[in-house]
Amino acid sequence: MTDANREVIKKEAGVPEGVERTKPHRVFKPDVDIVERKDDTVLTADLPGVDEHSLDITLEKNVLTIKGAVDQKIPVGYRLAYGEYQVGDYERVFTLSDEVDKDRIQASVKNGVLRLVLPKSAAAKTRKIAVTAA
Amino acid sequence: MMLWTDLDRFGFPDPWRAFDRLSSAASGMLASSTSEFPLVNVWMDRDRAIITSELPGVDTKDIDISVAGKSVTLRGSRATEDACEGECQHRRERWSGKFTRSIELPYAVNQDKVEAKFIKGILELTLPRAEADKPRKIAIKTE
Repeated sequence: MTDANREVIKKEAGVPEGVERTKPHRVFKPDVDIVERKDDTVLTADLPGVDEHSLDITLEKNVLTIKGAVDQKIPVGYRLAYGEYQVGDYERVFTLSDEVDKDRIQASVKNGVLRLVLPKSAAAKTRKIAVTAA
Repeated sequence: MMLWTDLDRFGFPDPWRAFDRLSSAASGMLASSTSEFPLVNVWMDRDRAIITSELPGVDTKDIDISVAGKSVTLRGSRATEDACEGECQHRRERWSGKFTRSIELPYAVNQDKVEAKFIKGILELTLPRAEADKPRKIAIKTE
């Protein structure tokens, strides 16, 4: 997002038709940046309130699921005078292509930001073809 | 941004339900979801205010908090990581750049006792009311 666009909306995560969640908490879709580099793809997600213990990343077949649980800390004895955002858990699901080397995926969390490095499998790396004069 | 100064309405059993009730009543207390960044929540008590804001990935050295009288100003910035233009960028949803936010409380703040905590990307500011600004109980003499 550039400086010009200052709108921030917390997007609610969806569930398939007819399916409900077991817990009453809200679940949001975290904002992500996905950048493809030469040898890997980097996914950065904003998950404020989540640390390495409350984050759950699973990869099943080609589906990557990111789930973060947030401690709903409501100050006791205070009332909410002005509220602009709600607090809830985070969830987002992505489908990875075969190009990702699934055994070497790395994840790190700092200050509520998840950084997932998805290395490209050897087969997917572009090969430069050397041209020789015949 | 002026806060609704009604300090007598206590006893919301479930603060989050206040959100739902207010958004359905379309009252002015719940800001529209497209507010200025960063989004803040303000919790109040008679003597203290707690302001929370979600600032994931911002370094504490990039956050500047200043308090003057009744107003609190929050300034900061976040840079994009792995910047790249064009084809290589699949998605760019996260915000970046500078932000400034000012909040005016209904009472003057005791500047020496302000506390700020930054945990897991959430900033929590505790602002106690200035002693001089606290209401004094007035004793009634009966003749």
